[in-house]
Amino acid sequence: MLDWILAALVLIGAFFTLVGSIGLYKLPDFYMRLHGPTKATTLGVGAILIASMLYFSFSTDAASLHEILVTLFLFITAPVSAHLMAKAALHVNIQQVARTQRYGDLHQWDKPSE
Amino acid sequence: MLKNFYTRLLPHPVLTVILWLIWLLLNNTVAAGHILLGLILAILIPFLTSAFWPEKVRIQSPLTLFRFLVIVLWDIVIANMIVAKLILGRNDDLKPAFFDVELDIQTPLGVSLLANTISLTPGTVSCDLSADHRRLLVHALHVEDIPGAIKHIKQRYETPLKKVFTAC
Repeated sequence: MLDWILAALVLIGAFFTLVGSIGLYKLPDFYMRLHGPTKATTLGVGAILIASMLYFSFSTDAASLHEILVTLFLFITAPVSAHLMAKAALHVNIQQVARTQRYGDLHQWDKPSE
Repeated sequence: MLKNFYTRLLPHPVLTVILWLIWLLLNNTVAAGHILLGLILAILIPFLTSAFWPEKVRIQSPLTLFRFLVIVLWDIVIANMIVAKLILGRNDDLKPAFFDVELDIQTPLGVSLLANTISLTPGTVSCDLSADHRRLLVHALHVEDIPGAIKHIKQRYETPLKKVFTAC
């Protein structure tokens, strides 16, 4: 029974990581591609870590909880790196696909362009 | 007098607790020796580095924080599936958008947590914070109703965060 749950979790994790990578490959512009990796690190890695936690908790006598730290550090670092990449991309003016909607007056484009 | 002593010894109680937990998790143990060593480190490190943390962090309502974390985790799971479907669908159907979220939340920690939450929940990435810290630029992978999305972010994430981390 446990094996099935573990297998399911690992497969779910692998699936979402794969989808993240596919997104990175096929989405049309930089800002949209940025969404791929943030997906993979949340549910993809999350499911694999839960599987690891369950496996090591049941195969040894002691509960294995240090996977929580991996999640914690990923959840802290992934959004920050995504934010910095997006900020840098806006700064060097990487173009978005033409159909990108801009809602209202955005502070980023308030400044007069050089 | 005694209270003063405590605040000098423990300038950042929240940080102390987090460091203690991280130490125990890093060692993956609850042995007495590590509990003691972790406690010593968790008291010593905030004490020695307190100059780096000018802002006092105070969690006003732990229950709200807990509920917020559960909501965010749940949203991550749901949004992951939606985004997986979007990525595997046709590119031409996607309607990406930039929009500004006007921030009511003012504490630096609150703003950074909100920005992180927005990036973590799939489908939205926070891109830039305006110089006056009042507007956060967000890029969404696919959004039909932009005012609705802004309202969603404000209601679901900003309101609880604002309640938890108010300036003291």
